[in-house]
Amino acid sequence: MDLILFYFRKLFTVLKNEVLVLPSRIVAVLFFLILLLLPLFTKDTYLLRIFTLTSIFAILAASWDLLSGFTGQMNFGHALFFGVGAYGAALLNKYAGIPPWGTIPLGALGAVLAGLIIGIPCLRLRGTYLALTTLAFPIILMGIVFALPDLTGGELGISGIARLAGSRVTDYYIAVVVMLGLSTIMWKITDSNTGIIFHAIREDELAVRAAGINTTRYKLLAFCLSGFFAGVSGGLYAHFMRIAGPSTLEVSMSFTVVIWAIFGGIVTIYGPVGAVFILFPLLEFLRFWQEYRTLMFACVVLLILLYMPDGLLRWLRDKIEKECPRCKIRNIATRDTCRICTAPLD
Amino acid sequence: MGLVINIIISGLISGSVYALLAIGFSLIFGVARIVNIAHTAFYMLAAYCIYFVTHNMGFHPIWGMIAAIVLVTLVGLVSYRIFINPIREHEGAVLIATIALAMAFQEIMVLKFTGTFLSVPSLVKGYLVILGVKVFYQQLLTFCMALLVMAVLWVLLMKTKLGLAIRSTAQDKEVANLMGINEAQVAMITMGVSVGLAAFTGAVVVPLTILEPHMWMGPLIMMMAVVVLGGLGSLKGSFMGAYILGFAEAMVVFLAPMGAFLKGSVALSIMILVLLIRPEGLFGVYFEEER
Repeated sequence: MDLILFYFRKLFTVLKNEVLVLPSRIVAVLFFLILLLLPLFTKDTYLLRIFTLTSIFAILAASWDLLSGFTGQMNFGHALFFGVGAYGAALLNKYAGIPPWGTIPLGALGAVLAGLIIGIPCLRLRGTYLALTTLAFPIILMGIVFALPDLTGGELGISGIARLAGSRVTDYYIAVVVMLGLSTIMWKITDSNTGIIFHAIREDELAVRAAGINTTRYKLLAFCLSGFFAGVSGGLYAHFMRIAGPSTLEVSMSFTVVIWAIFGGIVTIYGPVGAVFILFPLLEFLRFWQEYRTLMFACVVLLILLYMPDGLLRWLRDKIEKECPRCKIRNIATRDTCRICTAPLD
Repeated sequence: MGLVINIIISGLISGSVYALLAIGFSLIFGVARIVNIAHTAFYMLAAYCIYFVTHNMGFHPIWGMIAAIVLVTLVGLVSYRIFINPIREHEGAVLIATIALAMAFQEIMVLKFTGTFLSVPSLVKGYLVILGVKVFYQQLLTFCMALLVMAVLWVLLMKTKLGLAIRSTAQDKEVANLMGINEAQVAMITMGVSVGLAAFTGAVVVPLTILEPHMWMGPLIMMMAVVVLGGLGSLKGSFMGAYILGFAEAMVVFLAPMGAFLKGSVALSIMILVLLIRPEGLFGVYFEEER
C-alpha cells in the first residue's frame, strides 16, 4: 500500500514539476490521453476509421523523419518500405495463412531487407543524387508487381486478406497503441547515443568519420530501422484496408510522406506525427469539396511554408517556449526568469 | 528490320524529350540548387495550353505553341518569385514547395479540363514509309526541333555573356557574386530558360502523346533518372544519359515480354547499375560541397 502511495506521489511530482511547466509536454500528454480515450466518447465508425488511418500514416511519416531528417539521407522512395510491408503481409496472409500478428512483423522484416538492398548501393551517393536515385526503387518494384499479375494481382492488388481484428474499435486501439509505442521508441532512439551519431552524420559526415565512427554502418542502420517502422505501417495498412495494391508504391505516396514530414518540421519525430494528425483528418473533412480537396491541400502547404519554412509544429513550439541562454533548458515564453537557474530570459 | 526502325524512331523521340527536360532541370539545379519537382508540371501545363488554344479557341497549332511557351514561362517566373524565392535557403522547404506547386497545377487542370484523355492535332500531317515502317512527319519534326533547340541552348550557354554568367554562378556562387554578377537575377533568368525549355518540350511532344493531368509523373521519373545517370549539372551527361535511357526504354517495349510494364524498371535499373560503378554519374562533376 505504501509502495503504491509512493509511486502515486512520485507520479504526481513528475506531473507537477516536469510536465505541467511546459506547454509542449502538456500537449503531448493530452494527445496520448485523447487518442486512448476517444472510443469511450464516440462509436462513430467513420471517425474511428479516419483516426486509424491517420495513426498508420503517422508511423510512416515519423519513420521517414528518422532516416531523412536525422541522418540527412533524403529518401524520396519511402513508399518502397510501405509497399514491401503491405505486399509482404498480404502475400504471407493469403498464401501461407499466417494471421495478422505474424504477417505484420514478417512484412516489416521484408522492408528491413529492402532497406539493406537499397541502402548498400545508395550509401555511395550523397545529397541530391541519393534523393533522386531512391525515387527509382518503388517504381522498379511496381514494374515487377505489374509483370507478375498471377502472384501479385497486378493492377488490382491482393484483396481479401484477413482483417486486423474483429471490430472497428479493436482496429482503432491496435493502430493507435502501435503508433504511440513506435513513436516513443523512435523518439528514444533519436535521443540515444545512436541518435546523436545520426545527428552528427547529417551535420558533418567527414567530422564523424574523423572521430573514428563507421558512418556507413550507421547509415545502413538508419535505413534498416526506418524500413522496419515503415514496413509495420504498411502491414497495418494492408490488413486494415484488406487490400495491398500498387497505390502503396506510387510516386505520390512517397511525395505525400515527404510533405507530411517537412510540413510538421523535420528532425523532431513529433513534427511528422503531428502534421499527419493535422493534415490527414483535414483532408478527410474537406470531402464535401471533393474536387477542390487536393488543390486546397497543395495551397495550404505552399502558404504555410512561405511563413514557416522550418515546419509548422517547430514554429509553434518556438513561439510558446524559449530556451534559457545559460542552462539551455526550455521555459514557457511567459516567464521572465529560467525555472531552473533563474537566469533572465530575453 | 521494321522492328529496328521502330526502336530507333521511338528511342530518338523519347531520348530527345528526356534530354530537353533533363537539361532544363540540370540548369536550374546547377545555378540555384533548386530540385524543381514541378519541372515536368510546366511541361504538362504547356500541353494543355496548346489544347486550349487549338481546341477551344480554334487557332492554328503554331499559335498554340507560341502562346504555350510564353505563358508557361511567365507562370514559371511568377511562381518562382512568389513561392520559391522567399524560402530558397531552406532546402527541404523548397523541395515540398515544388511538389505542392506541381500538385496544385495538376488539380487546376483536372478542374478545368477534367481527368479525361485528350489529344491535339499534329502540326504537319502525313507520313513517309521507311522499309515498311510508317514514320509520321510530326515525329521527325519533333526530333529536329529538339536538336535545334539544344543547339541554340549550347550557343547561349557557351558563346554569350549571359551563358558565361550562368556557368560561373553554377560553379561558385560567392565568387561569381564578387565578380559583379547579380546572382539573384541570374537565378531568375535561368528559371525562365529552364521553364521555357520544359514548355517547349511539352509543345513539341503533345501531338504524339495523350493529354491527361497526371502526365507529368512519368517523364519526371525518367528525367530524374537521366540527370542522375549523366551526372548532376553536366549538360553533356544529360544529353547522353537521355538517349541511353530512351533507347533502353524503346528496346524493352519492343523486345521484352510485358515490356510496357517493365520499361521504367529496366531504365531505372540501368541507372542504378551505372551509379554502382560511377557514383557521380557518367560525366558528373562533383560539386565541392559548401561545408
